[in-house]
Formats: sequence, structure tokens, C-alpha cells
Amino acid sequence: MKGILKLAFKLLVNDKGKYAALLVGITFAVFLMVQMTSIFSGILAKASSTVINLGAKVWVLDPAVNNVANSIPMPDYVLNAVRSIDGVEYAVPMYSGGALVKLKSGVFQSVTILGLDDNSLVGRPELIEGKIEDIYAENAFIVVDDAEISKLEHPRTGTEFELNDHRGVIVGIAKVASSGLFGIPTLYTTYSKAIQYIPSTRFTIAFILIEPKSSDAIPHIQNQVKRLGYEALTEEQFMQKISNYYKYKTGLGTNIFIMTIVSFLVGLSISGQTFYTFILENLEKFGALKAIGIKGKELVYMILFQAVLAAVIGYGLGVGFCTLIITIAKLKVPEYSANITFSTLSFAFVMVLIIAGISSYIGIRKVLKIEPFDIFRS
Amino acid sequence: MAPAISANKLTKWFGEGDLRAFAVREVSFEAYFGEILFIVGPSGSGKTTLLSMISGILRPNSGTVAIDGVDIWKLASDQIAEFRLNKVGFVFQDYHLFPRLTTAENVAIPLILKKQNWDESIKKAAYYLEIVGLKNKAELPPVKLSGGEQQRVALARALVSQPDLMIFDEPTASLDGDTGRRIMDFVKNNILTDKRCILIVTHDSRIFEYADRMMKMEDGKIVGIEKGRND
Repeated sequence: MKGILKLAFKLLVNDKGKYAALLVGITFAVFLMVQMTSIFSGILAKASSTVINLGAKVWVLDPAVNNVANSIPMPDYVLNAVRSIDGVEYAVPMYSGGALVKLKSGVFQSVTILGLDDNSLVGRPELIEGKIEDIYAENAFIVVDDAEISKLEHPRTGTEFELNDHRGVIVGIAKVASSGLFGIPTLYTTYSKAIQYIPSTRFTIAFILIEPKSSDAIPHIQNQVKRLGYEALTEEQFMQKISNYYKYKTGLGTNIFIMTIVSFLVGLSISGQTFYTFILENLEKFGALKAIGIKGKELVYMILFQAVLAAVIGYGLGVGFCTLIITIAKLKVPEYSANITFSTLSFAFVMVLIIAGISSYIGIRKVLKIEPFDIFRS
Repeated sequence: MAPAISANKLTKWFGEGDLRAFAVREVSFEAYFGEILFIVGPSGSGKTTLLSMISGILRPNSGTVAIDGVDIWKLASDQIAEFRLNKVGFVFQDYHLFPRLTTAENVAIPLILKKQNWDESIKKAAYYLEIVGLKNKAELPPVKLSGGEQQRVALARALVSQPDLMIFDEPTASLDGDTGRRIMDFVKNNILTDKRCILIVTHDSRIFEYADRMMKMEDGKIVGIEKGRND
């Protein structure tokens, strides 16, 4: 069988023009599919950035909330009720909201304000400049050093701004694991300061962050919170909820899905057409091989091997090319969101195998149909 | 000793009902080892159909074919393929060489299909290329060779598995007279052995002199078997 596969390899690779066209088709399809799904994956990761950065194990929220940016404030009694649930180590309030800051240049800039529990500062970011205790100072804010910080005119410790006619001062610069989706800078302050500086509704708790005594206690906590009319989600569940929201309720998922299918069809049509032409050109030779004595299943192996070989090489090239482009894009555009994940790679691999399967199926049908008798008659 | 080929009442038709057309009707003949048998006749006389049934390519509607005593149409399809690979060497009219393989690789194909080692197969192919006088063309693709040279490559490919039965389909149809005769001289003097039977389908009267016997066909029937001029 090794010799037959080597024969198949040589037949394919020595036909340089078709081999190149086949690889270009598959590479292009893989590139587009990985690019599309990676961008979507990046968007989903950024959409959950606050959940990732704050790192709370369990989040309590209104069931109607679909993402961190659009919270529905909860009354204070919910916090007290949650704190009294058996299995809760501690529970703290958190504020999340948007605001406009007026920079020194006079420019207004949207920001996300995250208000951390005054007593515990649960969810505080890691500082790269300044001290965390300075967050308690008057007008103190900590700015996140992410791709959006330049929009605040590159603030340093001591930089001042205005927020609803309040003076604000940067007392620290933090780094976080993931920057946000909406391209606006993030400021951390205390919960009390946040509700003092930003016009608020009657209720002000956006989320309650819970530390359970153990992971075994989580189902009980979730049940008890549900009885209150709210929802307690683990970090993963909340991220999944956000992800589902963007996938199924915003049109984003549908658009990316359509683009991915289009990429698949483009790859399929290029490689399918090229492979079919390759088979057609060699059809009489395959017929001659049948006359000489090759068995049907050996011909099938040959064609499958050719298709899978082209698919795997094209897949490698496509993934490599995509990785290169994403890496360069991230170097040049820091807020560029694209994550190549195991899932996106697996998805593209499955799709490329389908391309190889369909392309080879057409060829196999043609080759199996040719009768060696036709070779004599020709 | 069994005849190389024993065909008994071979019949083949195409189409059904009113559209049924007989290509070969109850053809019986024998061919022997050490013999070159020509099958001649006008187009549509059933030569190619007969050749295909004898070589295990086209299943007859009725009748039997025994090659060296083996009734080939009683074998399973994979066994027939195996039989062709081991017992029959084909030289097609259009050669059907793979243009993307070297000459040696083309010749080695039957050995590769027999699952022999690649390098050993190429070595054997080079030996057979030497036999047909193309030793120095082993690394060239067939497209770089002349028609006569391609014919010899096809011949080497048919020879490489040392078949008992060699089948030539219009071997000189696309060659000039001199080249055609050189090929036939080579076949007569170097390919034909006491243990090999050669069957040639041709229209080319220039090479009739090489036949030991000539079987004439018309309308799917044998209308005569003549001794060749060289007898």
C-alpha cells in the first residue's frame, strides 16, 4: 500500500499547477474560516472581560441581564439575603456603569466605571503603578492600562479629569487579563464613590459577587438565589450566557456563521473544481490502471490520500497564515480581537476534511465509473 | 499443455430489447504459447470487445474464456484484477503513460501495484527500459519522448511483470512505417517466448507479416483464421 500511496503522492505533487491551485483553495478557505471564528472567539472573550478580570466565583444578577455592560440594579435587601444563604463565605456588591469624563484637553470620553466593595475591594486589579489603598483617597480612580488607555490621553498617576462636575484623579495604573469589547477605557473606584459620582437609579447594586465556602455549596446558593427572583451564575455560566447572547440575540453569530459558510463554500468550490479537473485529466490513466490490475479500493485509497494530503497541507498553511496575520494585526492594532482557540482550529479541521471528502467523493465516483473497456474503445 | 487462450462461444451484446446489438456472437478459438495471433477486421467488427473479454476487462453475456486453463470469468472481480496484474500485459493504443511520472516510474507501475518495494520496482523498470533500448531515458517524463519511444515505454510497462499473455491494441497505429516495423521486430525477436502468447488487434496491414496466425472478424464473428505470412 505504501508504494501505491507514493504513486498517488507523485501524481498529485508533480502536477504543480493543480497542486498549487488545490492548496491555494484549501489554504484560503482555512484562512477565512479560522479568521472568522477567531474574530468571533475574540469578541466573545472581550465581551466577558469584566467577568474574567474580576474573577468572582459566583455572580448574582437579574435574570434579564445578558451581559456586564447592561446590568439591572438590584435592591440592597438582595445583598443581605444572599449573605445569609448557607454556604456563602462572603458576598459583596459591585457597581458597573458607563460615564463621560472630561479630559484636560476639554475632550469628552466615554468610560466604564467599576465600583468595588469598599470594605474588601474584591475583584481589584493588579497594579503596575501606584498603591491599592490610594483608591480610598478623595476623587481616586485607577485606570486600566489596556489598548484603550490612550483615549484618556495617556494618563499617569496624578492625572486629573472631570466626571459629572466632580474632580477625578488617577491614583494607580492597573493591568487586567482581558480588555473590553466596546473600545472604551475602564476606571476602577470604590462602590460608594461610584454611586456618589455617577447619576444612579433607586437601586445601585449591578452585581453581587459571591465567594462560596466550597464548590459543593454552589448549587444550593443558586437555588436560594433563584427563590429570591434572581440568578446566581458561576463565572463559566455567566460567560456562557454572555456568549449565547452575542451568538443568538445580536445577529453577530449569524453573520459570522454565514461568512464562515461562505468561506467553506469558496474553499470547496476552488478545491473541488481543481481536484475534479485533476481527476478528469487523469481519468484515462486511472482507467488504464484498472485495466492493468489495480483494485477499486486501491484507487479509492489513492484518491482519498491525495485529497486528505492536500487538505492537511492546506490546513497547515491556512492556520499558519492566519496566525501570522493575527499576530501582525495585534502588534499594530492592540484592540484587535481575535483568538485562535482549540475549538476554532478543530472546527476548521473538520470543515477542511469535509471539503476533502466532498472533493474526493466526486473524483472517486468518476474513477470508479470508468470502465477499462472504454480505454480500449478510445 | 493447455492452450494459452481458449475462448468458447463468447457472446457480448449491448443494450436490451429492441436496442440490443450484438458486438460478438458465439466466438470460439484457441491461441497458443509462443504464438503471435493477430485479430483483424473492419471497425465495429467486434475486435476490441473480444480482446476485452479475453483479457478479463469486459464480462461476456455468455461463453467462457480460459487463460492457461483458468476460467477467468468464474473468478471474483478482485481476483480478476489480480489475474490481469499477474498474467496479462497491456500495450494500449494511446499508451496511457502518466505524464507527471518519470519513464521508469511509469514502467514500474505494475510492480508497485503488486506491492513490491518502490526502489526495487524502479530498478527492475530501469532494466526493462534497457531491454527496450531506453536506458538513458529512465528519468525523463514520457512527454519528452517520441511516439516510438513512448510505445517502447508502454511495452516495457507491459513486460515488467513478465506476463504470460500480452495484448497489443493497435500498436503501430500512430507510428510511421519504419518505427512500426522496428517495434514489431523487437516484439517478435525479444518479447515472444515459448511461454508467452501475444495477441494483437490491428488495422495496419504493414505489420501483418509478423503474425503467426491472423483471425479475421466481421459483424462480431470470426470469418476466417489464416496462417501468417511468416510461416
